[in-house]
Amino acid sequence: METQSQQGRKTRYMNPYIAGVLLGLVVLAANFIAGRGLGASGAVKSTIVAAMEKIAPQHTATATFYKDFGESHGGNPLNSWLVYQMLGVLVGAFLSGIIARRLTWKVEHSPKITSKRRLVFALLGGIFFGFGSQLGRGCTSGSALSGMAVLSLQGFISMMAIFGAAFTFAYFFRKNWI
Amino acid sequence: MGPLIVNEIISENTNLLLAFFIGIAFGFVLEQAGFSSSRKLAGMFYGYDTVVLKVFFTGAITAALGLLFFSLFGWIEMDYVFVNPTYLGSTIVGGVVMGLGFIMGGFCPGTGFCGAAIGKIDALVFVGGLFIGIFIFAEGFPLWEKLYLSGFMGDITISKALGISSGVFVFLLILVAAGMFWVAEWAEKKFPREEY
Repeated sequence: METQSQQGRKTRYMNPYIAGVLLGLVVLAANFIAGRGLGASGAVKSTIVAAMEKIAPQHTATATFYKDFGESHGGNPLNSWLVYQMLGVLVGAFLSGIIARRLTWKVEHSPKITSKRRLVFALLGGIFFGFGSQLGRGCTSGSALSGMAVLSLQGFISMMAIFGAAFTFAYFFRKNWI
Repeated sequence: MGPLIVNEIISENTNLLLAFFIGIAFGFVLEQAGFSSSRKLAGMFYGYDTVVLKVFFTGAITAALGLLFFSLFGWIEMDYVFVNPTYLGSTIVGGVVMGLGFIMGGFCPGTGFCGAAIGKIDALVFVGGLFIGIFIFAEGFPLWEKLYLSGFMGDITISKALGISSGVFVFLLILVAAGMFWVAEWAEKKFPREEY
């Protein structure tokens, strides 16, 4: 039997199918307006390129990755669609957090592990995800979700690789979560 | 009519402003769905919380169906919509690396930013990791450039690769998703969790 508090907790989040429809409408709007889908890792890339162009201009003028980025984008890397979109994401999530009363500083982790262990794995996970997102030309948002919306073959392969790998490796990291 | 920017119905600056508003909607929906919680996201891979699957596939189907209808009604020219190009090798290897990052970190980039926005310190650290990972990729690019460019197939769609129409493919996708939703609801009952 569910207790009252558990029921209360569950209703604090939006119904996942309704949230999914809304998410799909956002992707649709992005394509209708800008002819492209959503993204997250791209904004991080733009920020890194912008920072490196400031810190080490000689390096970015010669290193392939930065040179290619400059040639294909041009101008200030921060003045890009994805960067503005990600600034919006921070605002939107923050507003939702206010409404749902979820704004609080905390390290969320299973009671079976320490905060420190959680943070170490969060950092490692971020490094892997960041690296993979560049190799795979986009993350769950830009490659998988937005790619699937336009029926790109890449989007479906990306989705299967990401979720397939996470399921495959889940056993080895189960202590962190269950 | 659409895409508005390509057909010069809106200016470049308006496009960037709208990107900000689209981002607000994106972040709001992700947070409302519970994607700011790593334990909720990771639940997907142990069966105790399948919100990721439900939101993700409902979202993909809604957007794909919407684009099909918009295209049918002549509201959007799909030729001008960006279709992610397929590089088989790098997509698979990159995806596997991302999956590993997902199960270790409990977030993906978009959800990591959402968690950080409401004060999750683990999400903030994850985002820090993203910067490091992308920086490593950028600096070591010559080492994996060959892999990055491997298996190029152009901006091919999955329906074309399978030799069926987009409409039929999306219909099949909906059937598959409905099946997965059924399994997901079953899994949540079978592997219930205490409050987390």
